Amino acid sequence: MEQYRIDPNKGLEFGLYTLGDHIPDPNTGKRISATQRIHEIIELAKLADEAGIDYFSVGESHQDYFATQAHAVVLGAIAQATKKIKIGSSSTIISTSDPVRVYENFATIDLISNGRAEIVAGRASRVGLYRLLGYDLRDYEALFEEKFDLLLKLNEEEVVNWSGNFRAPLEDAKVLPRPKNGSLPIWRAVGGTSASAMKAGYAGVPMMLAALGGPASLFKHNIDAYRETAKRSGFDPAELPVGTTGFFFAAETSQEAMREMYPYINEGMKLTNGQGFPKQAFAQAADKRNVINVGSPQEIIEKILYQHELFGHQRYLAQMDFGGMPFERLAKNIDIIGTEILPAIRKYTAKK
Amino acid sequence: MKIVGISGSLVGSKTRTAMNQLSKEMTEKYPDAAFTLIDLAEYTLQFSDGRNYLEYEGDTGYVTKTIMEADAIVIGTPVFQASIPAPLKNVFDLLPVNAFRDKVVSIFVTAGSAKHYLVAEQQLKPILSYMKAQLVQSFVFIEEKDFHNKEIVNDDVFFRIERLVEDTVLLTETYRKLREEKEAQYDF
Repeated sequence: MEQYRIDPNKGLEFGLYTLGDHIPDPNTGKRISATQRIHEIIELAKLADEAGIDYFSVGESHQDYFATQAHAVVLGAIAQATKKIKIGSSSTIISTSDPVRVYENFATIDLISNGRAEIVAGRASRVGLYRLLGYDLRDYEALFEEKFDLLLKLNEEEVVNWSGNFRAPLEDAKVLPRPKNGSLPIWRAVGGTSASAMKAGYAGVPMMLAALGGPASLFKHNIDAYRETAKRSGFDPAELPVGTTGFFFAAETSQEAMREMYPYINEGMKLTNGQGFPKQAFAQAADKRNVINVGSPQEIIEKILYQHELFGHQRYLAQMDFGGMPFERLAKNIDIIGTEILPAIRKYTAKK
Repeated sequence: MKIVGISGSLVGSKTRTAMNQLSKEMTEKYPDAAFTLIDLAEYTLQFSDGRNYLEYEGDTGYVTKTIMEADAIVIGTPVFQASIPAPLKNVFDLLPVNAFRDKVVSIFVTAGSAKHYLVAEQQLKPILSYMKAQLVQSFVFIEEKDFHNKEIVNDDVFFRIERLVEDTVLLTETYRKLREEKEAQYDF
């Protein structure tokens, strides 16, 4: 766990992630400017840092209603604005980027932040960026596997010899600057299926698992499949961190939390995905067994502890800013996390 | 209420002939419903490549978005090689897995032989159910002998299409009301 900068004695890490969506607030119909949205994301990271939250990450989505396509640039600003919080991507679409440039960017963010940067590499759930950036969608899988392998190699070796199909070969190449402590934690982003989780297991790399809705037990299968595959491939699952990501929103009561959150999830999904979030499915989020962490602080604590008991994971990442959620509410949530949720989670999951 | 009729073949005339009749019936009986006819023969659709339906452009984007915005869909299909035609299957492949959630879908089939009667039952309905459609259970099955010179010549077909139109609208309205009633119970 150490090479991934995770101390198991401290218990479950709690982080925030944003996809950098830039969506009108459904309650007002108004959309803030991209300038304001990006500044608010940086401000959010600062508040998270001050509240003692462990991690903050920013994703790239190359489509309408998003503002952080250049997520590494935003993370550079966050690195400068924060002091202790770990920072990373959620995720970096390595398939349509040059791993060398990605590594240079994140090694630099690591230096700016004094050793706090990480990379989560993904394949993209939406595929419009392939055409925008000049890649063939038919190479979806091959692009990711080759470039992700190269990214890992760049992390492990200071002088690299490499050749592949989608990039010019590297001969005795030095990729500089090097991260502060020699290497970066690099995670593989995993979507819905256990087949995808197994791929992270084969490679023996940390897994960041998207768990957007449904019963927590469903995601347990993916985590089991990941750990079993890692073991069969000769890795020790106890040394491989698992993270989960999902929707989060806290308010005084669960009714209030659900009322406040629903329009943002529903309208946001409509704009970015083309289909809303069914009310019936959202109503089930109130159940402890459902993976969506919406409710009163106490209910959320119980849910996160229940998930931790099931998953034995090392990090949970909360997405609470989706769909044009106003900044005041996000700031209030960070306050609740810092004063109520974090102390309880640490109390129950840290080794005494 | 938005209703889309899909005429699911690039060749032949029977499905389109029946769809014309359905379209006439629908617009006369329910002038307030917005009915859009999509004859796949009039569009050039690309094959599904797995992207989100919002990302398709041109004809493909028009067809996927029009279907996704509908409250009800009437699918008219011929039978090719004991199944639905490839262009119609491609339309399903272009859409998300739960594309027909909260949508009513009804069916009529045109076929050269009565031997094809169960094709809709055994091949089309499972696809629609998988995609979460609220199905109008009774479909209309029209045979070669019901047509002559691109016209329907069997009076019973007019009656059955009329009933299909009524059932489609009835189920759409009913389902909407039920859903609204159910959703009003949630306090969010």
